[in-house]
Amino acid sequence: MAQLTMKGKGDLRNLLFGAGSFRLWALLPLLVVLIVFTLLPILQLLQMSVSELEFVEGELVSEFIGLGQLDNLAKDPIAGIALKNTLVFVVAVVLIETVTGFCLAVAISRTKTLSILYRSVVIIPLLIPPVAIGTMWSLMYDYNYGLFTTILIELGVQYPPLWTADPDLALISVIIVDVWHWTSFMFLIMLAGIESIPPPLLEAARVDGATELRTIRYVILPMMAPTILVAMLLRTILAFKVFDQIFVLTSGGPGTATQVISMHIYKVFSEQFRLGYAAFLSLMVAAFMFIFVAFYLWASRVVRRRFG
Amino acid sequence: MKQGAPSKIALNLSLLIVVFIILFPVFYIVQTSLKSMADVYSGSFFFTAKTANYEEIFTGSRSNFAELTRNSLIVSSSVALICGAIGSLAAYSLARLSWQRWVAGGIIVWLLFINMMPPIVFVTPYYLWARAAGIYDSPAAVIMAHVVLNMPLAVIMMMNFFAEVPKELEEAAVIDGCTQWQAFRMVILPIVRPGLAAMAVLVFVFSWKEFLFSLSLTTTSAGRTIPVGIANFVQEFNIRYGEMAAGSFVAMVPALILVLLAQRHIIKGLTVGAVKG
Repeated sequence: MAQLTMKGKGDLRNLLFGAGSFRLWALLPLLVVLIVFTLLPILQLLQMSVSELEFVEGELVSEFIGLGQLDNLAKDPIAGIALKNTLVFVVAVVLIETVTGFCLAVAISRTKTLSILYRSVVIIPLLIPPVAIGTMWSLMYDYNYGLFTTILIELGVQYPPLWTADPDLALISVIIVDVWHWTSFMFLIMLAGIESIPPPLLEAARVDGATELRTIRYVILPMMAPTILVAMLLRTILAFKVFDQIFVLTSGGPGTATQVISMHIYKVFSEQFRLGYAAFLSLMVAAFMFIFVAFYLWASRVVRRRFG
Repeated sequence: MKQGAPSKIALNLSLLIVVFIILFPVFYIVQTSLKSMADVYSGSFFFTAKTANYEEIFTGSRSNFAELTRNSLIVSSSVALICGAIGSLAAYSLARLSWQRWVAGGIIVWLLFINMMPPIVFVTPYYLWARAAGIYDSPAAVIMAHVVLNMPLAVIMMMNFFAEVPKELEEAAVIDGCTQWQAFRMVILPIVRPGLAAMAVLVFVFSWKEFLFSLSLTTTSAGRTIPVGIANFVQEFNIRYGEMAAGSFVAMVPALILVLLAQRHIIKGLTVGAVKG
């Protein structure tokens, strides 16, 4: 027994200070960050979502209400609207950006001299602040002095559309901005896919006399199918994050026309100041996304295994 | 593939149109930022460029871009430094120091999960923590959140760089009597320095453009960053187009510099969720 303890102590000492201890020390800061700043918050969300939280004279008061947040959810009509808007938004942007990203990748993969110019320009939307993107587009959408209105009036249109101020057009306006912003992301993944197609295959298609469209349809597209699928799943996950541009362009309005999940939780948190309910909604989003991400990782592994 | 000259011209022509579509909003915002109110209202294409909007947002009484820029610089460079240090150490450990598969795999899956989670999920806990720790409305609170958000990018990007370094190098260093730390510090780190720089710069830009946490963890210009300042323009001074545009252009500058300098190195980092292993 005594020996065993000695041995255990020796192991611990070796693990912490021995020759191989660097491996642990190098990883430790990351582990601390992950445990303290990602695991604990999720545990705290669990605790908060079964409570009613209030600030009384600057002190946080918490009252246990069990599953009471479910009642709040049932009484919250906007949550359903936000979910519906988010789904419409996500489906629309993923489908459109898959097509635009693929076309762009095929086109740019065939350029030579100007290739660097195209690639540099195309990644710009991914690097500039989404808030600035929102501002740019709200200036262009502006129905008094904006670019689109000015042009349409020049062209003789009597009642140009109100874009983000029109409940029927607001979500579409937001989707257009997102396509401008995120096509580049799909492009980058698709371009990597196209560039990994063995050149002899394309060469063979050319020798056999295939037209360019047929080469795309019967060689590039089938070879790219796994990449496209994985890219679509990944983009779907990321599209659920949408917040910044909507905050600037519409703040979820007019009415609830562009209210999305993140926007709704933010309003519950910052305007209604219902921290418990915000935590409850956050936890539901986290659980849903956890399942979705697990599915994505599984699917991308299967795809890779099957198609190399 | 060989193509005829006409189709080549058509291809480049359509791509130039794409370039135009991408660059036009940027051009439009620069143009608007140099216009006076009267020029904005008249909608004319020709006008005399003035820098009044830039002067107004940095030195005017109704605006506080000087403080916001200071905060943004403090936040983004701290986040880049912290993520650079923690990320490269952890990535080296995970990529090269033979952890069991479940340890390395588990941490990577968790990082991807954090990367893909809508950040709104962490807003309420971080808000309460920042208040409890007395750092609410200070750059420290924003730094805390941004370090977490960017950690997946930092670790995964660095793991790719470390994986490309030949194993023989550190083995030789250890045989020559280096400790593992010395081998990492003196042999491996200098080799991956370009990658480390690319990662740090990308983290800087991502922190620079982050909005949600900068918004939720601050209330005054003591802690706010540039994106929050721009959003306030839109909300509070709905008609000051020129200043909104000027602020937005200032916010874009690091990104535009980055595209010019380091286009090739950062592309991997932009699609970090598209996993290989």
